Amino acid sequence: MVEIWRIYGWPTALMLAEILAIIVPLLLAVAYLTYAERKVLAAAQLRKGPNVVGPFGLFQPLADGLKLFMKESVVPTGANPVVFLAAPILTFVLSLVAWAVIPFDKGVVLANINVGVLYLFAISSLGVYGIIMAGWASNSKYAFLGALRAAAQMVSYEVSIGFVMVSVLLCVGSLNLSAVVEAQSKVWFALPLFPMFVVFFISALAETNRSPFDLVEGESELVAGFFVEYSAMPFALFYLGEYANMILMSAMTSVLFLGGWLPPIDVAPFNWIPGPIWFFAKISLVLFGFLWVRATFPRFRYDQLMRLGWKVFLPLSLFWLVATAGVLTAFGWLPNSGG
Amino acid sequence: MAMLDRSARSLLLYELVSGMWLTLRYMFKRPVTVNYPYEKGPLSPRFRGEHALRRYPNGEERCIACKLCEAICPALAITIEAEAREDGSRRTTRYDIDMTKCIYCGLCQESCPVDAIVEGPNFEFATETREELFYDKAKLLANGDRWEAEIANNLSLDAPYR
Repeated sequence: MVEIWRIYGWPTALMLAEILAIIVPLLLAVAYLTYAERKVLAAAQLRKGPNVVGPFGLFQPLADGLKLFMKESVVPTGANPVVFLAAPILTFVLSLVAWAVIPFDKGVVLANINVGVLYLFAISSLGVYGIIMAGWASNSKYAFLGALRAAAQMVSYEVSIGFVMVSVLLCVGSLNLSAVVEAQSKVWFALPLFPMFVVFFISALAETNRSPFDLVEGESELVAGFFVEYSAMPFALFYLGEYANMILMSAMTSVLFLGGWLPPIDVAPFNWIPGPIWFFAKISLVLFGFLWVRATFPRFRYDQLMRLGWKVFLPLSLFWLVATAGVLTAFGWLPNSGG
Repeated sequence: MAMLDRSARSLLLYELVSGMWLTLRYMFKRPVTVNYPYEKGPLSPRFRGEHALRRYPNGEERCIACKLCEAICPALAITIEAEAREDGSRRTTRYDIDMTKCIYCGLCQESCPVDAIVEGPNFEFATETREELFYDKAKLLANGDRWEAEIANNLSLDAPYR
C-alpha cells in the first residue's frame, strides 16, 4: 500500500498540485483581465468603468461570475445538446491545456518538452473546433455564420503565425520554449525581427478573435456570432476561454519576442527581480496592447480581413523568413550549424 | 515621390500608430462621468419631466376642464371627464394621464390657459409595475403639491422668453 502510494500516488498528487498552481492564478488573471479591459476602455472613452462593487470595483468580476453561475443554461430545442454543451468545455479546456509548456522561469515549466512550439501551435489550431462545434450545434444561422467566419479567419492567420514562429525558430535552433527564451539572453527577438513581431501581434489579435478582427462575434451583424444561443455557464466558459486564449497569446508573444522571464538588461537592479515577475509584466504589457487596440480601431470588413491575411501578411512573413534564413546563413550565425 | 511617401506611411503603420497615440492620450484625461445617483447634472427650467396638476395659493385647483390638453395630446395619453361642481364652477371629475403613452412633448403644458398641467423637473419616477404609471387626478395633484416650489421657480425663470 505504502509502495503504491510512493510510486503512483505521490507523483500524481504533485502533478495535480503543479497544475492547480498554474490554473488557479490563470483563472484569476482571466477574471481580472475582464476588469482591466473595462477599465482601459472606460479610460479611453473618458468614463470611469466599474467602480461600485468593492473598492475601485475590484469585486466586479466576482459579481459577474456569480450572476452567470446563478442563471439558467438554456439549450435551444433545435440544438444538438451533446455537441452544444461539449463546445464551450472544449474551448475552455484547450485554452488551459496550452499552458503546460509555457516556461515561467528557468526550469519552471509543467512539461519541458522539446516540441513546445509545435504543441502550442497544434493546441491553438484545435481552438477552432470549439467554435465550429458551437456554431453547428446551435442550429442557428447567426451562430453558423459566426463559426464559418471564425474557421476561415483563424486558419488564414495561423499560416502567417506559423511563418513568424519558424523565423524565430531559425534564430534559436530548438523547438523548446525554454531554449527560445535562453536564446534571447543577449537581445530580444522583438528588435532584430521587429516586423515579424508586429505581424505576430496583429495575427494574435485575429487568432483570438479580438477587435479589430472580432467579426466572429460581430454584434452589429451577427448579434453575438457563434455564441448567440449560449447562456449562463456555457457562455461563461466561452468567455473564460477567449480571455485565457488572449493571455496565452500574450505569453507566446513574450516568450517568442520579449525574452520570457529574462530582465531587459542583465544588470544589477533588473536581475534582482525574479523571472516570473518579469514574465507577468511582459504578458500584462502585451495584454494592454490588446485592450489598447480594441479601444482604438473599428472592426475590419470581412474581405479586408482576408486581404490582410493572405495578400499582406503571408507574403511579408514568407519574405522575412527567407531573408532571416539568408542572413543567418550568410554570416554564419546559424545556431547548431556544426550539428 | 508621392507613392514612396504613401508606401512608407502604410508600411510604418503611420495612421494606426497615430490613432493609438490619440487613444493613449485620452486614457490620461479626467473622466467626465457623473456618479448619477449621488451627483446630478444640471436641468434647464424648461425640462419636461413628470406631470403635475397645480393649485392656486388658496388651495383651489387651477384646472378648469377646458380639455385643450386632451385635444392636443399627440399620444392620446390624457383622458378628462368634467362636471359642474356644487358651487357651479366647472371642474374635472377625472383627469388621467397614461404615462406609458406620454411622449413628454410638453404640448399639454403649452396649451393650458391657466398653467394647471405642467411637466415638472422630476424624472425619477420609475415604477415596478405598469399600473403605477397610469396616473389619476389625485396622483397628479399630489405631484403638484410636492413639486410646487420648483415648478413655480422654473416657470418664473422661463417667463421672460415667452
